[in-house]
This record gives sequence, C-alpha cells and structure tokens, in this order.
Amino acid sequence: MTIAASKHDFDRLWNGAEELAVLTFNLNGETFAIEAIVVQEILDLLPETSVPGSQAFVGSVINFRGKVIPLADIRLAFGMEATRPTIDSRIVVIELDLSGERTLIGIRTDRVYEVTTLLRAASEPPPSVGMRWRADYIDCLVKRDGEFIILPNLDAIFNSRGERAGSAAANSDGR
Amino acid sequence: MTTLDPIQVFRTEAAELFEQIEGGLLDLLHDLSNQDQIDAVFRGLHTLKGSGAMFGFEALAAFTHHCETAFDRVRKGEVSASAELVACVLAAQDHMKALVDRPNGDNAEEGDRLLAELQAAVGGQGGSGTVVTPPLAANAPVAADTAATTWKLSFRLPSNAMANGTNPLGLLDELRELGTCEIRADLSKVPGLNQIEPADLYVSWQVTLTTYQPRSAIDDVFIFVMDEMELQIEQQSSTAPIAGVKAPDTPAAPAAEKAVMEPQARAEASTPAVAEAKNGKAAENVRVPAERLDELMDRVGELVIAQSRLSQLAGSSVDIQLRAVSEDVERLSGELRDTMMVLRMVPVTQLFSRFRRLVHDLARETGKMIELEFEGETTEVDKTVIERLADPLVHLVRNSIDHGLELPDERIAAGKDRSGRVLLSARQSGGEVIITIKDDGRGINRERVRAKAEASGLVQPGQQLMDQELLQLIFQPGFSTAAQVTNLSGRGVGMDVVKKTVEALRGVIDIRSEPGKGSEISLRIPLTLAIIDGLLVRVGSGNYVIPLSAVEECLELSLEEDLRSRGRSFISLRDSLVPYLRLRDLFRTGTAPDPYQKVVVISTGDERIGLVVDQIIGDHQTVIKSMSKLHHDVVTFSGATILGDGSVALILDVIHLINVGQQQEAQLRAAG
Repeated sequence: MTIAASKHDFDRLWNGAEELAVLTFNLNGETFAIEAIVVQEILDLLPETSVPGSQAFVGSVINFRGKVIPLADIRLAFGMEATRPTIDSRIVVIELDLSGERTLIGIRTDRVYEVTTLLRAASEPPPSVGMRWRADYIDCLVKRDGEFIILPNLDAIFNSRGERAGSAAANSDGR
Repeated sequence: MTTLDPIQVFRTEAAELFEQIEGGLLDLLHDLSNQDQIDAVFRGLHTLKGSGAMFGFEALAAFTHHCETAFDRVRKGEVSASAELVACVLAAQDHMKALVDRPNGDNAEEGDRLLAELQAAVGGQGGSGTVVTPPLAANAPVAADTAATTWKLSFRLPSNAMANGTNPLGLLDELRELGTCEIRADLSKVPGLNQIEPADLYVSWQVTLTTYQPRSAIDDVFIFVMDEMELQIEQQSSTAPIAGVKAPDTPAAPAAEKAVMEPQARAEASTPAVAEAKNGKAAENVRVPAERLDELMDRVGELVIAQSRLSQLAGSSVDIQLRAVSEDVERLSGELRDTMMVLRMVPVTQLFSRFRRLVHDLARETGKMIELEFEGETTEVDKTVIERLADPLVHLVRNSIDHGLELPDERIAAGKDRSGRVLLSARQSGGEVIITIKDDGRGINRERVRAKAEASGLVQPGQQLMDQELLQLIFQPGFSTAAQVTNLSGRGVGMDVVKKTVEALRGVIDIRSEPGKGSEISLRIPLTLAIIDGLLVRVGSGNYVIPLSAVEECLELSLEEDLRSRGRSFISLRDSLVPYLRLRDLFRTGTAPDPYQKVVVISTGDERIGLVVDQIIGDHQTVIKSMSKLHHDVVTFSGATILGDGSVALILDVIHLINVGQQQEAQLRAAG
C-alpha cells in the first residue's frame, strides 16, 4: 500500500513536468526541499507562544502579519531531534490545504539555502526499505551534487497528524 | 471591482418582499379586517410582479399577477379576507419562491392548482366575474363582459427620469398592451441643440387609449413613477358594452375631479405607490455584501492591535506629543470599533419573524392551536450569530410544539387554555444575549428521558444525576423521547446539532422544565464573535485571556490556603465551596509559582470554578483569531489573540474548563 501511495504522490508532485522549482533548506544537517509555489514567506525567528496540550510537532503559534498561525517542527514528524535555534534559523511560511481549508503554517528550519530547480530525471520515489523515515512522509528523493534532497509530503504530514504524526510526536516526547 | 449580478439583486429583493408579504399575511390572520396589512401584502405582491417582469422572471410575474388580482379584490373590499384565503396565498407564495429559484422549472401544474384554490377562496363571495386577465399576454381575449373605454392620457415625466432608470418607451409599450393606442409626443419643451442635456428627458406624451381594461390597469402602468410625474387621465367615451352590463368590478367612470392626478392629490389616496415612496424615505438602507463587512472588521481588528502597540510605546515614552497622538488614536479606534460592531448588529426580529410562518404551518399540520408571542424583538445581535442561530432555533421551536404542546382537548382536560403559547424572547445581559423559547406545554418527561438514556447506554441504571444533567441528555446525539417519529421532529437528529452550533458560538444552553407547566430553553450567546472583552492573566511565562463575561470575581489565594488546599482544591467563597483548577498544572508550565497567586472565579449559568493564575494583568480588548485545524484537538482554548507587543495570547475556553472542573469535583466527591 505504501509503495502504491508513494508512487501516486510522486506522480502528483511532478505532474508530468521535467523540472520542479523548490526552496531548499536544512534540517539537522539534511537538505529538504518544498515546492516553491506553496511558500509564502521566509521569516526571521519570531516570539512563539506555546500551546499547552497540543501535539509536540505543532507545539506553538506565531503572529504572522496579524494572523495567528501554527508553527510546526517537521523534524519531530521525522523523528529527528529538535535543535536549539541558531543565528541562521528561519521560519518558512507555507500555505496548505488541510481538509478543504487553506491554512498558513510556519515551518521551523535550521537554515534556508535557495530557490532552485530539481530535475525529474534525477529523482526517485522513496525506497520502501532501508530508510530511517516513514516512506509515506516523503514524496521523493532527488540526487544532486552527490547528496540526496528530500521532498517531504507535507499533505501527508499535516493531514494525517491526528492518527500517525501523533505517534511520532509521542515518540519525540518520550526521548 | 465585481459588478453585482442583477438576477442576484432581484433574488435578494424578492426575499425581502416575501418576508414582507408573509409578515403581512400572518398579521392579517389575527385581524382579518386590517386594511394596512392588506395593503402591505398587496404592495408586496405588486412590487414582486413588477420587478419579476423587469428581470425576466416571466412565469413569476404572470403567476404573481393572478395572486395580486385576487388580493386586489380583498383590498377593494369586494371580498373579505379569510383564513383560507391567507393559507392559499401563503401556499402561493411558496410557489413564487420556487419560481424565483428556478425560473424555468416545470411546475406550471402546481401553479394552476394553487390559482384554482385561490379563485375558490375569493370567488365564493362578492361578485360575478373574476378579474383574471393576464396583462403579459396582450393578445389574449379580454373579459367579454367589460366595455371598451377610450381614455385620453397626457403625462410628463420629470427631466431626470431616465437617469433614474425609468424608460418612457417601456411605459408606452405597457399602454399599448392594454389596448389600441394613439401616441403623440409633445416636443414643445425640447430646447435648442446647444442646451440639450443628453440624459435629460424633454418629451411628454399624449395618448389616446381604447381598452377593455379598467382604469386601475392604467394606473398600474405608472405605479412606479406616479409620485414624480404629471399625469392626467380623462375618460373620453365608453363604447357600447360588448356583452350586456358592465362588470361590477370595473370602476365606475371616474369623476372629472378624480381624473387630475397631481402628486399632492394622490398623496391622500394612500395608494401603494405613495406608501412605498414613504417607506423608502423613512429607512434608507444600503445593502452591502457581508464579506465586505467582514473585511472591514478584520481591518478594524488589526487597527485595534496596532493601536495597542502604539499606546504601549507611548506609555514608555516621555514625549508628551506622542502620548497625545496615541490617546487620540486610541479614542478614535475605540469609536471605530464600536461603530463597526453596531454595523454588524441586526435586530432579532429578522430571526423571529420567520417563525411565524413555521408556527402557522405546524399548527395546521399538528392540529394544535398555537399562539406565538415575541418579546424583545429589538434586541440586536451580530449578524453572523443570527444566521447561525436560525436552524437551531427552528429545531427548538419545532420540538416545543411537537413534543411540548398538547392537543386542544388535552389542554382543556389539564385545565389550560385551548391554545398553547410559545414565547420567543430575546434580551441582552452584559456581553451576552439570551434567547429563550418557552412553552406552556406538558414539560419534559424526566422518567422517559432517563429510560431512554439508559436504554441507549448514555447513563448507567441507578446512576445519580442532577436534574440539569438529566435534562441536558436530550442534547446527546441520537436522542429522542418521542414515542413515534413525526414529520416534524423525533428523529433524534437536531438537538445535538443545536448544542454543537450554540457551543461553536461560545454559547450555553440552559433548560428548565416543570412537568405539566411547560419548558423553557435559554440560549446564552455572546453578542459578537469577533471582539470580546477579556481579562489578561499570566500563567508561568505565558499570557492567557479569560472572556470577561464569564469572570465573576478575582481574589488572592493566600499561602496557607494554597498549602491547606493541596489535597482538595476547593476554596470557600462566601459559604459555598468552589472547586478550582491550577492552570500552571494544567498547562505544565514547569516554572516556580508566584508567591501570591490569584484565583479568577468564572461561571456559566449556575456553575462556578476558580482558575489559579500567577498574575492578573488587566482587562484587554481582544480581537479573536481562530486557531488553525492543526490545533482543533486542543480543547482548552477557543481561539487566540494578538497582544500589544505583537505576541500571541491564547483565549481560554470557559465552558470546557468548567466541565473539567466539574469532573474533578465529581471525582473528589466520589473519592471522599
């Protein structure tokens, strides 16, 4: 099921095109990329307000131009450790469709690199074995300059939060 | 900018007209001879016909015309209004609504049936020939027993008539439809070419019209422009009646003095057109799409936030001028906010008036006699609240009538009036509006509620329940005590939706019910959804807002009480025990408590709990921002707000906290 779903996500992401414009950033030393089209803005760190009782990976909210938006740490969804903010830390604000509702979400990153173009030819769906992360949270991996860039499946991460990411958050709590 | 779709404009207008017609009809039921209401209904029908034809709703216009004609006879006193007639017109009105929604819908048969009923209702009394002559089908054969009359008309429209949207050619066309016309334009007032204002109207007309239609048909042509125009109508001759005598409902040949129709003279005659014009002046309204209001509301909200930042800056500055400006801005934005709130407020009449029809229909369906009464209709509530409350209230009123009220015979047996009373009332109390549905029916049968709850596993047999808890069970999903399912209610859907909707509006439902005497359900809803007065408190390092309407009082939690109450979490407040929650524990702040903690006592209805906080900062005007879907599972907070320094504070959900407190209390009781 996972492979089929990933294949589907993979096709949807590229949508027949050979190139994809993305924003690349760093999380715990890994390079991630988000489709540039969903990115709204890149912000310096802002004062956060933690939301008691919420799940760890969306544990706080920020004031984004007069709107209160959740601040997510997708590291926790991938079971990575949360690191302390550095001078390079940024918040990437994206807009997603959460079960029919356009939602702005801030994503914590360790460092934002650039807007770049990835080639479909260099990409491959996530392997079903041999990976530390949940395959359905990843759309595809793109090889570039000898390293892999990870394209996370944001829809899966945020929409499935109720059942599955919850366990990831719980794991990170237990650590 | 978006241009408004004219069809949509018509639909909006039609909806208002339907409301007017329906209101008039229902009032008429109480006083069948009330001429004002008859006129109001007639006016509504007439305007609907006119606008309908103007916007191309031909079927609607034709159908409405027949109703109007029938009603015209009532207006003229030829037929007296009756309950059957009102019911007929109400049914016809529903058909009109359908025609507005689906102008091309295939429901002509339904229309014909209704018209036949209508004819039966007015035809029984008061006259030979019925006056049903479709004007839109000009070549249709005219009523045979009417004489053709020749009229000489001359009319002059005001010079700005075309700018106001009147098309004189349209009027002439309408006249032509009435009969043979000879039209002559009077060009004597047309100025020289260099003085012509292209948009002005300089031409007047003289028309010789030979028609079988009555005089009123001619008046109808001009009904929308009558107030501003000069119009003279004179009868020239009446050709020999085609078939015997003149129909009685053709107005007698107008006397000469009546023929001159100067606006002043018309004013006394209280015709529909005049009354309409008066209404128009009395209340000038601008119709604005709700989204624009919402946008404005957002801006004002942001302004309030920016302003509180400014006053924080100014407060820490020594610059006198800056402070003066800041105070001005504070005052202005406060006023702006208040004005904005008023803009969104509409009287609950809008909400209540739709129940008259519902109750009327229900009374017919159930065979019960129902008097619906209103109280406090002028109470104003945020428009969004009104819209969202409409459906829940329908459920509650239906329930009251279907389950609550008894049949007339049962009522008499119980020593009550034959007709049951349902009272809908609204009043404002602090920052809340309380809407009450009260009936004098049989009340809620507690045993049956209990049995049903036990049967469906909501309650354990033998479990102790407070009365209020027991009554609240009716809001559980799938709960229905009706022995049999009727068309109206009893399917167990609805009441839980009512509760959900009310809670989504941050409101509370109270139920009171006395067996045999009746039930009373009160909805307490905050006046507005967008801005609330809140009490800003600090817990640990976070700021939180408690809605001020829920706050009863604040007191200090003394050190010894703090220590003493470790075990039981109750404080005694004027001889009553109030359970309290330590928010720092609930929120797991992980910081050391302040030496002097405060207790904020909050309440909804009869239930109170205390919230222990570290510091009370003060009251705070709060613009509510909703939380995203990602935080919908966090039930402790109903929203968030942005403070003066740009940081976010969360708004506590009072109802939820009180529930938590109650559970805690129950556990403690069970344990101790």
